[in-house]
Amino acid sequence: MRDKLTEFFASRWGIVAAGGLIGLLAALLQKLGNPPNMGICVACFERDIAGALGLHRAGVVQYLRPEIPAFVLGSLLAALSFGEFRPRAGSAPIVRFVLGLFAMIGALAFLGCPWRALLRLAGGDLNAVIGLAGLAAGIAVGVWFLKNGYTLGRSYKARPMVGWIMPLLMATILLLALFKPAFIFASEKGPGSLHAAIGISLLVGLLIGFIAQRTRFCTMGALRDVIMLRDSHLLIGVLALVVVAFGVNLALGQTKFGMSAMPVAHSNHVWNFLGMTLAGLAFALAGGCPGRQLFLSGEGDGDSAVFVLGMIVGAGIAHNFALAGAPDKMVEGVLQVGGPGLNGQIAVIVGLVFCVVLGFALREKMD
Amino acid sequence: MKSIDVRGLSCPEPVIRTRKALQDLPANESLEVLVETVTSRENVKRTVGQLGYRVKVEPIDDGFRLVIDK
Repeated sequence: MRDKLTEFFASRWGIVAAGGLIGLLAALLQKLGNPPNMGICVACFERDIAGALGLHRAGVVQYLRPEIPAFVLGSLLAALSFGEFRPRAGSAPIVRFVLGLFAMIGALAFLGCPWRALLRLAGGDLNAVIGLAGLAAGIAVGVWFLKNGYTLGRSYKARPMVGWIMPLLMATILLLALFKPAFIFASEKGPGSLHAAIGISLLVGLLIGFIAQRTRFCTMGALRDVIMLRDSHLLIGVLALVVVAFGVNLALGQTKFGMSAMPVAHSNHVWNFLGMTLAGLAFALAGGCPGRQLFLSGEGDGDSAVFVLGMIVGAGIAHNFALAGAPDKMVEGVLQVGGPGLNGQIAVIVGLVFCVVLGFALREKMD
Repeated sequence: MKSIDVRGLSCPEPVIRTRKALQDLPANESLEVLVETVTSRENVKRTVGQLGYRVKVEPIDDGFRLVIDK
């Protein structure tokens, strides 16, 4: 039975089922209270967690999103059930931390990770096309480095406790979300105040974490494998996500087509593109999209856990130093195009330069 | 038999290194690839299948040993 399931999840239909399920659940989460075109957004939700813990004080984006810890714990459950929990660590953790940090800065310049870019597209926000083009460009640069010998080096088998740290940290976040002690910040308005009931977010997160661990669902890997290997296995899962989410959005009246003043989004094309270029390059150099990094950390991968922590700290930095993009605004009927301010633009450029330097500096000759 | 050890490497490096080694391998020879995770095993198997080569898999202490016939 276990082998049959493993075979199914590794198959084309397995990845289609995973993508479709994520698309369905994300659109439903939005209906059930999550912010518009943000049924699931790994970057935004980690940013909200950073805010809830007081790592930044942007009052509108503070909430302990249960989906994030549930992704890790769902993946942990899957890994334990199928004998794939393998504590490991030691592949350039400091580099992965900084890559996580810049990935978050890039994603917040755009206002969303690849998951949200897909969901924004499925909600009719055409800025997502620019963001996804930027993502593909960043991944293409990452592929070039990978083909030329870029590597973060190997990880090593670690003792069990090493693999349990991230699930324990995430379980702690979940407990804080359930018991809401006074030191946890919670938005009273803005996206941080919009959320489905904790139990629903938790269940959906566990289910997605479980399925994604089994199928290796990865939004960055989807584009990378097509660009590098002409392998469309993961891409089909991503397409299933968009198609199903779009269908459910249509059925629920959650679509709004356009580019200007879309929900929690801006139409500053240059920085939508460059923000996601940075995110795509950082994900490619770190070996996984932000969702995949969570799922890997649930399997006991300490290096992916460090990347996730880098993203959370990056969110703190992004909002403390005003790096994140501002949404478009309508002021007295006139559109004010948002996007990152000068600080954010500088940070994105610095991040791109950093990633390119890494790409060259960490090459080694292949056997 | 030529052998490469890609254990512990992040995705997609095991696949890249296997493809490179296969390119450099003379016809009718075999390549041994040591991988660590089930994910790497499946990725390498899928790539090798797409290239049209046969692969045998056996579990080892810390992962899997794949033997690919070119």
